[in-house]
This record gives sequence, C-alpha cells and structure tokens, in this order.
Amino acid sequence: MSNKIGSYTVGDDLVDTKAPSGPVEDRWDKRRFGAKLVNPANRRKHRVIVVGTGLAGGSAGATLAEQGYHVIQFCYQDSPRRAHSVAAQGGINAAKNYRNDGDSIYRLFYDTVKGGDFRSRESNVYRLAQVSVEIIDQCVAQGVPFAREYGGLLDNRSFGGVQVSRTFYARGQTGQQLLLGAYQALERQIDAGNIEMHPRTEMLDLIVVDGRARGIVARDLITGEISTYLADAVVLASGGYGNTFYLSTNAKGSNATAIWRAHKRGAHFANPCYTQIHPTCIPRSGEHQSKLTLMSESLRNDGRIWVPKKKGDTRSPEQIPEDERDYYLERVYPSYGNLVPRDVASRAAKNVCDEGRGVGPGGLGVYLDFADAIKRMGRDKVAEKYGNLFEMYERITAEDPYQVPMRIYPAIHYTMGGLWVDYDLQSTIPGMFVIGEANFSDHGANRLGASALMQGLADGYFVLPATINDYLARGGFDQVSPDDPVVTATVGEVQDRIKRLLAVDGDRTVDSFHRELGMLVWDECGMSRNAEGLRKALKRIPELREEFWQRVKVPGTGFELNQSLEKANRVADFLELAELMCLDALHREESCGGHFREESQTDDGEAKRDDDRFSYVAAWEYTGVGEPPVLHKENLDFEYVHPTLRSYA
Amino acid sequence: MNLTLRIWRQPNADAEGQMVTYQVADVSGDMSFLEMLDILNEDLILRGEEPVAFDHDCREGICGSCGMVINGQAHGPERTTACQLHMRHFADGDVIDIEPWRAGAFPVVKDLVVDRSAFDRIIQAGGYITAPTGTAPDAHAVPVPKPDADTAFENATCIGCGACVAACPNGSAMLFTSAKINHLNVLPQGQPERESRVLNMITTMDEAGFGGCTNTGECAAACPKGIPLASIAKMNREFLRATRKAGR
Repeated sequence: MSNKIGSYTVGDDLVDTKAPSGPVEDRWDKRRFGAKLVNPANRRKHRVIVVGTGLAGGSAGATLAEQGYHVIQFCYQDSPRRAHSVAAQGGINAAKNYRNDGDSIYRLFYDTVKGGDFRSRESNVYRLAQVSVEIIDQCVAQGVPFAREYGGLLDNRSFGGVQVSRTFYARGQTGQQLLLGAYQALERQIDAGNIEMHPRTEMLDLIVVDGRARGIVARDLITGEISTYLADAVVLASGGYGNTFYLSTNAKGSNATAIWRAHKRGAHFANPCYTQIHPTCIPRSGEHQSKLTLMSESLRNDGRIWVPKKKGDTRSPEQIPEDERDYYLERVYPSYGNLVPRDVASRAAKNVCDEGRGVGPGGLGVYLDFADAIKRMGRDKVAEKYGNLFEMYERITAEDPYQVPMRIYPAIHYTMGGLWVDYDLQSTIPGMFVIGEANFSDHGANRLGASALMQGLADGYFVLPATINDYLARGGFDQVSPDDPVVTATVGEVQDRIKRLLAVDGDRTVDSFHRELGMLVWDECGMSRNAEGLRKALKRIPELREEFWQRVKVPGTGFELNQSLEKANRVADFLELAELMCLDALHREESCGGHFREESQTDDGEAKRDDDRFSYVAAWEYTGVGEPPVLHKENLDFEYVHPTLRSYA
Repeated sequence: MNLTLRIWRQPNADAEGQMVTYQVADVSGDMSFLEMLDILNEDLILRGEEPVAFDHDCREGICGSCGMVINGQAHGPERTTACQLHMRHFADGDVIDIEPWRAGAFPVVKDLVVDRSAFDRIIQAGGYITAPTGTAPDAHAVPVPKPDADTAFENATCIGCGACVAACPNGSAMLFTSAKINHLNVLPQGQPERESRVLNMITTMDEAGFGGCTNTGECAAACPKGIPLASIAKMNREFLRATRKAGR
C-alpha cells in the first residue's frame, strides 16, 4: 500500500501484433498461408486445453477436435450447453448482403471500426467481417433454425449503429440456437473420443513452464478435488468480467477468474475500462435483486423510446398526450433515431433520468413503446417478432407490454476489454490463446449489437483453429512432469488460497461484499466517470478487499460441493480486477465509446475522443496486488477508416 | 410476506436426505423464487449453517440450470423456470415444499442439485448434424420451407432443464429426446442421419434408465418452453420408420 492512488509506470510499446502488412483484404489469406501446419497424423499427439464452452469455446473445441487435436475442455456449469452465450437474444451479424441493401464486407468492417469509436485494430476487424459470411453457412449446415421467410430463405433485421439489415436471428433466442449448434458439434466430438469434457470444473490457475502456458489447475466443483491438466497450449474462452458490477445481465456464475489468474501469471490485460452498458434492460425492482435482465436491442427496431417532456410527470403513460412526450433519440439523432449505438442510447437515457424526467419507481427508467408498431403491423406480427421478449417482460414486471409501454434502463452487459492478444489471438504468454469476450480484440471501445455472437464464433470456428496450428507446429514441447516444481507450486498456491478463504470465518457473506463492490464501480466507473469519483473508488477498493479477507464468512469445507466457496474465489478476483478497471478509466483522460469521461465532452454532451493522446490500446502488466501496474501501449494506425467525430445525428 | 419452506436437504449423493423446515420473512412479490432462496441462504450462512445448494445461472429462463419441484410441480405453479417464477404467485403464510428433480436417471448430487449428464449422453448419441467446420455450402443453397423451419425452431427451444423427466410419473425423457429429433429430422440438412439419429438416441435414452411414455402428458404441461406432446408422437413415427427401413 505504498503507492499513490492511481499510479502506474510506463513500459515498452507493444509493437509486433503479428498482423501482416499489405492491403487489408489480403491480410488474413496472407497470415493463413504463412502459418505453419501440423500434419494430420501428428495432431492427435497435441493436447489443447479449452476453458469455457460458450460460442467461442464450444466452437473452438469442436473444430480443433475435428481437425484431429486432443482437446481437454472445461466448464463450470453441469453441461456445456448452459454457457452464458445461451442468453444472447437478438442476432448475429454477417455481411451476406442478402437484402441487397448496400452491405459488404467493407461496410461491416467500417461500421465496426466506427462503432468501436476508433479504438480497435483494423486488421482484426476486417478479418471478422470477412469470416462473418462463413459463420452463417456453417450454422445453417448444423441445423441452426434461423428465422426464414415464406420463400424458405433467411430473414434479416437491423440493429443499432448501422443502416443495413445484416442481422440473422432465431426469434429472441439466437444465442441459444447458435450455442446448441456448437454444443452439438462438441458432443459429437466427445462421443468420438476426441474431447475429454470436464463439466462442473473450474480453472483456478494457469501453469507456465519456461515462459510458456503448459496447463491449468482446476477444481472439481462436486468433490472439491484440485487437479492439474497439462497440455501444449491453453485456450481461454471464459467470457467477460461484467459481473464485477454485481448487478449485470451476465449469468450468476459468469466470472473473471480464468482471465484474471492468467493476468497474474503474465498475460497483459487490455482496456479494462471499456465496459458496455446496454440501454434496454428491465429496471431493478428492489434491494433483493440478484441480476438484471436484458431486453434485446432488436426491440428498438419497432419500439419508440420516450420520456415525458415535463420533469416529475407522474401521470401514467397513456394519460400523457403525444405532444407532451419527448422521443429524445429521434429528436437528437434523426438519421439513426432509436437505433443509435448502445453507448449513445444508454447515456441519453441516463441524461433524461438525471434531468428528473425518468419514469417508474425511483425515476430510473424510460419508456419503450410499441403502440405505433402494433398499429402499423398488427398485434400478431409484433408477437411473431418479439413474442417471447414480451412474455419475459410481463413475467418479471407483471405488466403487459402490448397494453402499456415497457420501462427500460441501462445495465452492464458486455466487456470489450479483456486479455491482450495479437492477430493470432495469442496473449503475451506464449501458448495461451484467448478467444471471444475474454479477449479485447475486435470491438474497440464499444461493441455493436449482434457482433458478440459473430466474434465468438469467428474466433472459435475459424480464426483460432488456423492460428494455433502455427504455434503447435513450431514444436519444442518437452514433457512437463506433474511433479515439476512449477506445477506443484501452482497447485500449492491454489490450495492455500482456498484454505485462507475458509479460515477467515468472519461475519459478512460473500454476496454482501460483491454487492458493495458492484455499487461502488457502478457509481464511479459506470455510465459516466470522472477523476474524482475514480480516485474515490481506487481508495475504497483496496480497503474493501482487505475487509473481505478479514471478515468474509465461507461455510463448509473445500472437499464438497460448496457454492459459497466458488463465489468467494470469484469475488476475490473481482476485488482485484475492479481496481485495474478504475485505474485504466482514470488514466484514459478522454471519452470514447462506452468509456465516458465527464471532463472530455463536446458542447452537446457527446463523447470527445483525444486521438493525439489516446489512440492506443492500453495493455496492463501485473506487478502485484495493489501495486502500480505497467502500461504497455499498442498504438493504433488507421489506414482505411479515418477517425472522425463519431456522429449518428 | 412470510413463508414456511420445507426443503430437501441431502449432504451428498451417498447420504440420506430429509425435509427440513425453514422460515423466511419479508419476501416481496417482485422477487424471483431463487432470490427468495438467496435470502434464506444469506441467513443460514450468517447463522453458521450450510446454505441450500441449488443449480442456477442465467436467471432469465434460458440456460436450463435451475430446476426444483415446488409444491409437487416441476418449476412450480407457473409454466416457466424456477428463476422466472415470481413470489407474487404465493401468499403470506404459505407453506412451500421444495424438492430436487425426482428421477432415477437424475441422481441427487446435493440438496436440490441433481446430475443431468444423461441428457448430454443422449445428444452425443445423435443429437447433431455432422457438419465439420469449413464444409458448409452457402446458407441460401438449400431453402427451408417456413413451416418446417418453424417446427424445427419450436422443438429447438428446449433448454434441457429436465422438468419433463421430473414431472413424468415414469421418469421418462421422451419429450426431451423427441424435441431434438424433431428439430433436426425436419430439416433438409438433417436427412442423411435421420434414421441413425432416432435409433441411437432412443437406445441411449433407454440405457440411461429413463422410463417409457404412457401418454400422461405431465411433461408437456411442465415444460417451460412449451414443447408439445405431439413431438413424442412424431418421434415414435420416426422410430417406426427407421426400424422398418433398417429391417429392409
């Protein structure tokens, strides 16, 4: 605790991203051709660990096994089918241009770079747009039941931040259907003996031998047994860190433990302050709330967002006449209207609520109104498009959205930041690859709707299986013994930590700490941030962490199914990660995408980037708990999409 | 509202279990059933007792993790998952019985947590279309008639929670298995494996110890996703068709 609040040191720039040079459209071909290959007969000799079975992990595990590698895969859920990708609702983007409405790979690339507020790597984003096309083909071949038109062809819809219809969907359950496709491919490989699947098993540490990732330490959640798994490469597909905020749209079990422990073993953590707040979630209803529920962004295609013009207007919505309503998104952003990107929509909602024009309990809500859509399309058509979302809303709030407008409010939904990876999706620890939401790679400072599913599957089905070959082909994998001192030391640290957690026997539950941490980061590092608030958080987080280790109460033992212990392990990591997130937010004295610094805004209150000072990826190197981290910058060059003030007016 | 809960407590798979009575106070109608259990668990932890173990994850009714028999009904009185069941459906003073899924093929792991890995094994037996990455033709190469696409989707919405098995007096997994078979067998992409799929999945289902179907219909009534009973009839037809073809 010797250091000053918010201090860090600056190290060498990250210069080599391994992205090939030359025309952006040729780079992926060039990289694939340049990559070394592993002979099919030799592939089964290579063991690859995959942590997580969501869209990224599921698709990667299945594809690597199909190629012939021996895959060892883990998930904390009781079945790989339950990974949180399952909850994604709206859709998946692809530059198919089936609508003939002017879409192209270049346009998807352009929209994504711009949507990310010019804080992503062009080479990666272009590749994502290229691969998007193949993803849809792959999923259809697997039997994913996308929405279709009467002619039998695939339907599309439009999503925030774009002016074409390129989103493929399966009612409001697109994530579920895509995940089941990947899960079924995975199960097929498990049956074939190519994947060793370990459900209800959680990674608790990374084993690094001679500077390379060679395995993991994991805990069997049923027996509590701590085991070591050794391999030639480790792939983390463990998702984002949105649950740092306690209340988020993530699953209760979603956690950052795999990526955070890998960070502590040497993987740089990039842009932790880039968190996405989704504009259309069901507002919280009380203290007991355990999570927030998202309403798909696709609702903004037909729903109109408004608040009363008058402050503190307590009339029920149907009593407020048309001319006393403020359709603020349509007013301020006429060309995109209700379909502005998420960060813009969220901030606008916060602003009108801060002005005292919010609706519902506590004034923390805005209306999302389908009255016009029902008039235009008829109730049946609306039900066909959004039926299950309407039902879900009614079940939670006991209000019928066909009759009264929905109330929505922003909530933490996705984290663009994550472990730093190069063009090959390899972290700063050789042999450790990071895919899907767990990495930082493609979304810059803000992710567009329906792009998470695209990125997860792009990484898992196509990108990683091509790049990991190159690493494995280079060989040099001496046998690591389970008795290797590094291995036993890593296992020892994991066991010690569990013992420590159980030994505290204090007077506060894990959840009470998690709630307090969540509230703090939501207030100070949420929808808008300022130096004073971030400093306050940076002072409070270490105190809270200390208190946690002195007062937490974890009942039971380590040798059984112990859900309190699982939570305690995860929350202990959130208590460290939160500090880096706030530090990154404090250091980035500009606004960009989901990171809005109050000190850096235009006269109209829009986010103001500072390209001269901050056109870089901030990759942080770990130096110790509470110690000043080292900042490594990856400078961003924009050869194709030139940074402009992002305007959706 | 104040409630009395009678919950099945069982320390592990091998131990004997029993119903234990607890009181919870100040439950609000806006809470989900699982949030109500959270409150109980917070109390238990602070009192130095073991909290009640239960599976849960997304808490939006889509991951299929949660599941418990509430007052004798799988997922409770509403047709939804336990995480989407809200306490407004209960009244002050109610006594609520909470038990794990009860089925031979779903052994209890601890308290309300059961082992549903038999479902994964059924999928392994054929609940997929063989389409290795990179082999796919253009997505529009094969149009799918909308009614078929809709049937596939309706069946594909199964979340694998196991309520159908828990609700069935025979502990049958026919609704679960038929949902996957109907999803894939109706699609043009699913045709090459149409017969082997149904034969292998049903064999695995039987081997896992699930009971047979006697058309009681409890499964479809309990299904939070509304998989129709007709799916089982269609599966039986697929099975008959496949066995006849195999016998030829």
